[in-house]
Amino acid sequence: MSAANIGYLVQLSFIVGAALFVVGLHLMNSPATARTGNRLSATGMIIAVAAELVYVAEGHAGLGNWAIIIIGLAAGGGLGLRMARTVAMTSMPQLVSLFNAVGGGAAALLAISDFVALDGHRILAGGAPGLDGWRTLFILADVLIGSVTFTGSLIASAKLMGLIKGQPILIPGGRIVTWFTVVCGLSVSIVLILAGMGIVTYDTSLLYVLLVTGLACALIFGLMMVLPIGGADMPVVISLLNAFTGTAVSMAGFVVGNVMLIVAGALVGASGAILTRLMAGAMNRSIANIIVGGFGAEEGTQSSFVAEGGSVREVSVDDAAIQLAYASKVVIVPGYGLAVAQAQHGVRELADLLEARGIEVSYAIHPVAGRMPGHMNVLLAEANVPYPQLREMDDINPEFERTDVALVVGANDVTNPAARSDRSSPIYGMPILDVDKARSIIVIKRSMGRGYAGIDNPLYVNPKTGMYFADAKQGLAKLIAAVKVQ
Amino acid sequence: MNVGNLLDYLTVFVLAILLGFEVISKVPATLHTPLMSGTNSIHGIVLVGAIGLAATADNPLTGILALVAMAFAGANVVGGYWVTDRMLQMFKRRPVPTTDQAAK
Repeated sequence: MSAANIGYLVQLSFIVGAALFVVGLHLMNSPATARTGNRLSATGMIIAVAAELVYVAEGHAGLGNWAIIIIGLAAGGGLGLRMARTVAMTSMPQLVSLFNAVGGGAAALLAISDFVALDGHRILAGGAPGLDGWRTLFILADVLIGSVTFTGSLIASAKLMGLIKGQPILIPGGRIVTWFTVVCGLSVSIVLILAGMGIVTYDTSLLYVLLVTGLACALIFGLMMVLPIGGADMPVVISLLNAFTGTAVSMAGFVVGNVMLIVAGALVGASGAILTRLMAGAMNRSIANIIVGGFGAEEGTQSSFVAEGGSVREVSVDDAAIQLAYASKVVIVPGYGLAVAQAQHGVRELADLLEARGIEVSYAIHPVAGRMPGHMNVLLAEANVPYPQLREMDDINPEFERTDVALVVGANDVTNPAARSDRSSPIYGMPILDVDKARSIIVIKRSMGRGYAGIDNPLYVNPKTGMYFADAKQGLAKLIAAVKVQ
Repeated sequence: MNVGNLLDYLTVFVLAILLGFEVISKVPATLHTPLMSGTNSIHGIVLVGAIGLAATADNPLTGILALVAMAFAGANVVGGYWVTDRMLQMFKRRPVPTTDQAAK
């Protein structure tokens, strides 16, 4: 087959690959077909990579080039596979963040390399401009966005792993540094684009210095952007960085002239943007507000109903068991505390027990009940909770009125009725699960400590609420034992 | 890059974004983590670019850049798809009457 025909065949394979990505994503619209969708998407990837390898084999790649391809792929793929096989579901957000970081990093490297290669050609051509304005623009967009994602995602991942403090880290003068990197990065880009257009001419070495400066600015910006953001804001940050990587990959597609990269990057960018908006909406905060950071550190706006004499009613494990055992509809409200206590299996066991007694059980899941979008659903699916029982906030909220017992485990702020009524509350306006509308409420909680946002929860002094003070895992085990003897 | 190419690329880019919005807004919240992990693997397509880069690398600098890009993108693709599959196989519907009642 001639080289041109192979070229067409490769292009055709890319179209097939891109189509499989879209169909695969489409099948994600239901848990029943999602796995097939992911496999179709993987098939698309294999086809595209195989096509590219065939294309390379037809070209002039030397032994050294093949060594780079094989060693790089084996090392990266092996490491990725190892992490994917061993990661605990609770650690999913940090792994996704890590993959996001390397994806953004690879996209940035592509553009840097392209810049280096083109500049080489330029020197060979005796000073005739080898970069053009548009190409430089996309190279810079890719380098900057990819680098921001790289360091930003690494920091997000490190925070989630607990390698660095999860709380907002505020560096004195940090905001000045951030602004400096923005101004510096953009100025360098403008100069480089002008150079690419041939409007200004510089030494090659100066062009490299400028590119490295821009790169450094972007890397520092990513660092400074994520450091001040607290753990509970991670769902928004991870989504945003996901959108960034997608955009960077698209830009890489513009640079190397590969339409499949453009399509795939755009799909990821769209997905990241949708999730970012959903997560920010679920916290009733603007994206800008989260990026500016420091929510947990906010003070002086707390309502002080406990001090005003609201009283907490404590409930014993046996009373709680009786309430549950003789209910006809129970809604379980899991929060991140449940995952931290590794109590997913306990919750499912309790639910099974109640269902065996003919009680209707479902789970009410707030969009930000976890460290990334949909995290809680994965944790419960891992504990073999059937997915039809996993209910979204808007879907389950109208049902609380006919719910006999709402069992809150490890959730706090997402059940806080102050978000609906108390204008002075920092979380006022945040959509919450209407747990307080249930006929009775049982809250399993270690102590009366405050939630992440540091605000009191009037739900706990509601006369319908019984507080069962226990560690989520141990508390559930006792509750299961008590329900069994009912 | 000539203007014709640029316009072609931009057309594809804009349409793909719109298509992405259309397809992804139908994904239920239950699947948002696998969705993100799955789209994460999709952006591993940068691997194709990295292979192209590795094939044309002709000096130590571009060689090293290509090697790192290959490793990064390789981890992204292989790990991403594997972990997404691991998550999705956990989502099961249980054939029990009470489940259907809850789902209505």
